[in-house]
Amino acid sequence: MNWNTALPLLILASSFLPGLIIFCLPEDRVVTRTMLNLAGALFKIVLVGGMFWGMLHGYHFEARLALLPGLDLVLRSGPLAMLFVTLSSGLWLVTTVYAIGYLEESPHRSRFFGFFSLCVTATTGVALAGNLITFLLFYELLTLCTYPLIVHRGTDIARQAGRNYLIYTIMGGALLLLSSVWLYTLAGTLEFTDRGFLSGLDASLHPTLMIIFGLLIAGLGVKAALIPLHGWLPQAMVAPAPVSALLHAVAVVKAGAFGIIRVVYEVYGIEFANSLGLTLPLATLAAATIIYGSLRALFQDELKRRLAFSTVSQVSYIVLGIALASPIATLGGLIHLVHQGVQKITLFMCAGNLAETLGIHKISEMNGVGRRMPWTMAAFTIGAFGMIGAPPLAGFFSKWYLGLGALDAGQGWVIYVLAVSSVLNAAYFLPILYTAWFKTPPDNWPAERSFGNKETAWTLLLPPVVTALLTLALGLLASAPFNLLEWTRLIVSRGFA
Amino acid sequence: MALILEQVPWIVMPIIFPLIGSMLCFLFPAKAKSLSLLTSLVVLTCVTGLGWQLKALGSLRYPIGGWGAPLGIDLYADGLSLLMLLMAALVGLGISIYSSSYFSRDKANHFWPLWLLLCGALNALFLSADIFNLYVTLELLGLTAVALVALAGSANALISAMRYLLVSLLGSLFYLLGVALIYHSVGSLDIAILAQRVEPSPAVWTAVGLISTGLLLKTALFPMHFWLPPAHASAPAPVSALMSALVVKASFYILLRMWLEFFQTQGGSFANLLGLLGAAAVLWGGIQALRQTRLKLLIAYSTVSQLGYLFLAFPLGTSLAWKGALYMLFSHAMAKAAMFMAAGNIQFLGGHDRIAELGPITQRLPLTLTAFALAGISIMGLPPSGGFIGKWLLLQASIESGQWWWGIILLLGGFLAAGYVFKVIGHVFTHDEPTSQAGKLPATMEWSALGLALIAVLLGIFTYWPLAMLEMGSPIGTGYSG
Repeated sequence: MNWNTALPLLILASSFLPGLIIFCLPEDRVVTRTMLNLAGALFKIVLVGGMFWGMLHGYHFEARLALLPGLDLVLRSGPLAMLFVTLSSGLWLVTTVYAIGYLEESPHRSRFFGFFSLCVTATTGVALAGNLITFLLFYELLTLCTYPLIVHRGTDIARQAGRNYLIYTIMGGALLLLSSVWLYTLAGTLEFTDRGFLSGLDASLHPTLMIIFGLLIAGLGVKAALIPLHGWLPQAMVAPAPVSALLHAVAVVKAGAFGIIRVVYEVYGIEFANSLGLTLPLATLAAATIIYGSLRALFQDELKRRLAFSTVSQVSYIVLGIALASPIATLGGLIHLVHQGVQKITLFMCAGNLAETLGIHKISEMNGVGRRMPWTMAAFTIGAFGMIGAPPLAGFFSKWYLGLGALDAGQGWVIYVLAVSSVLNAAYFLPILYTAWFKTPPDNWPAERSFGNKETAWTLLLPPVVTALLTLALGLLASAPFNLLEWTRLIVSRGFA
Repeated sequence: MALILEQVPWIVMPIIFPLIGSMLCFLFPAKAKSLSLLTSLVVLTCVTGLGWQLKALGSLRYPIGGWGAPLGIDLYADGLSLLMLLMAALVGLGISIYSSSYFSRDKANHFWPLWLLLCGALNALFLSADIFNLYVTLELLGLTAVALVALAGSANALISAMRYLLVSLLGSLFYLLGVALIYHSVGSLDIAILAQRVEPSPAVWTAVGLISTGLLLKTALFPMHFWLPPAHASAPAPVSALMSALVVKASFYILLRMWLEFFQTQGGSFANLLGLLGAAAVLWGGIQALRQTRLKLLIAYSTVSQLGYLFLAFPLGTSLAWKGALYMLFSHAMAKAAMFMAAGNIQFLGGHDRIAELGPITQRLPLTLTAFALAGISIMGLPPSGGFIGKWLLLQASIESGQWWWGIILLLGGFLAAGYVFKVIGHVFTHDEPTSQAGKLPATMEWSALGLALIAVLLGIFTYWPLAMLEMGSPIGTGYSG
């Protein structure tokens, strides 16, 4: 065992082992639990950094375990894997700090943080998976460890949401299993390869491959919340705010979108998928989801529900980008994977702050809240403008490259979709900002908790402020050295001949 | 040292030690607990020793007393027997540990001798090389199992035990008739000789039909499963565990052994019928499990459903499909034993197993519920678990052979399983106050359940040895996709 094999395993272990220990901790060991959580999160970031450094110096990291004859469990570094693993481990640290503050005093914290750590372990596995069966393993594991988080509050609504989540995701998992086995019987391998491993197959198999593609997208589309498979996501917003952050930004919907990227680029290969005529239907589906999600978001009064529908819409930008089969659009999709994560996590944490500090759950209760909680609302504002795509924030670049890519691919209609969606984004975010900043605050908030002269606990305030600054930085420093754009360009260059 | 170990007739030991242990337990009830634990450990060691021998030899035939077939009694072991023996030894160890705290004094005096007798009968069955010895061991197994079911002593248990006794005797009777017919027309009882001599004829056809009916009745394949849920649910928890995990597998093993050796050539439509019944069992068992309001009945119906999976391999018939089915069988044994033990823990502490009122008890039993959930992963066939590997292999076999409809059954069965597993798990995540009932659960009862459940999960990652085992002596044909 040398570093090349050990590092991917260590990255998994850095959240898996703390998770196991946390399960065994008694409820009142707050300090130990917090230390374990933070140590795990920091250690993971260090390890991911190490992997980054190694990759830049030409090292290759891979851990393999024979599972079935001809099929291994593989964890492997690669530009695409690094993109997702960096995003999720970075945002995990932020979410952990936030969750520690958020769940203070609430029951079952050991259980919560145990599953929380397992969740991130599963996400890391999804990111590092080197073939479809490994991906499937961690994808299903993610389902199993997010369920306890969604039903954490134990109320009837929460359990109903959990049940629905399971029905959707287990169905998606079954489709993914079926299509993986089917692909394996046809191709004899499931290893992710640049430009895919299916293009060499006999032409008589092409119709079968098209069916399998449909099954794969359906299986992954459940988590990526493509219509009509998005139903679980808005319901799952009953979960505690850190869980929503996890679902919407770090783990679950991202795992779905990431899986679609893997399938399109490294199973089928974008050019092969394009020649089979599979990309246009996918792009159309994504475009429909973008518009539909935004339209539904417009009519929600509950803040988290509006944000949830916004996620339905925003995640499909990623899918749209990769389905356009143009390098520039792919670039747009990939950077949106990161941008959407950073922006959406900000918004959800701010929503959580409003609920925790003032008991505000609805937009109609937010009159003048900006004066009571200026930092929170400032962060929210940045996140919202990012989502709308205002320059120079991160979200602007996503839309910019998506638009350029659409023209490059000769799909002019996508520009209209982007324009309409941006207008809708503005239409559901700007009223919130107006209400929060310009309306007169009420005399009493629904359920106010006092934090002295601060607007709320620092553990709740710091994370969204940090991610809001990150949103700014990703936009302003878009051309600094070692930036996200360079990295995604590298990924894109491997996907296109 | 290695030379001496090679000379040891490991193959006899898993039969002899439990029988000796059983007698000793009967004679010295005060020492029964430690004697049984010791026996279980020794059996596991002997099975490992046998596996070590088989690794070099592939398969092994041992004439008891040096007489040899057709006059004497032969024992035969290959990878398939080894897998079954290992399954019995692991679950057996778990059950011995669990039971050492479960039973009250007077029940324990009855339990230990019977349990070790059953253990010996089971091992003898897996090692028998002729169909009459199989009958003897099957009958011994059935009778001890009935006695164990009756151990609970309630009116319900006695009725189920009586019904089980009748079914068991009827099954053995069918089997014996078939054996007599075969002996009459072929003139041998040794499986290896039969495999060479059996020619299709009306008598053999009838015999195959009788034997299969008898064995299917004992394996509780739909629609002959009616006796299983009440019998498995009303027994004491460790007995339920061994019934569902081991006893039903014994008759399946005989059927499989005969099928591979000489039934197979007797016609393909029979295979399809078995597959069809298996599919019906998967769905019917799953639906019934979903409808149950008592935990132990739910788990028992889950067994009906899971046994159905095993029969999907008959119409597929490839080596890959058998591997999948046997992998499933092995992991089901671990997972189902763990589930019944978990249910036993809940009943032990809470005094009932009504699913709707599980909330308060489960709050007190995190380890037990973890065991149930981990076992559930395997039962649902989600990765990482042995159930997933089995499902993958069966699915692959069904797609490769173009019989995709069996694959659909596998997926549907998974949905139903997810439904009934989460029906129980859902009760963990409530804010019910932990029950204030006094009493503490012995740690052994929680950890033995957890241990078996963990094996079921780890089988989904460490697949090399179980799969390599099935290659030993190539009982199910060589080659990966054969």
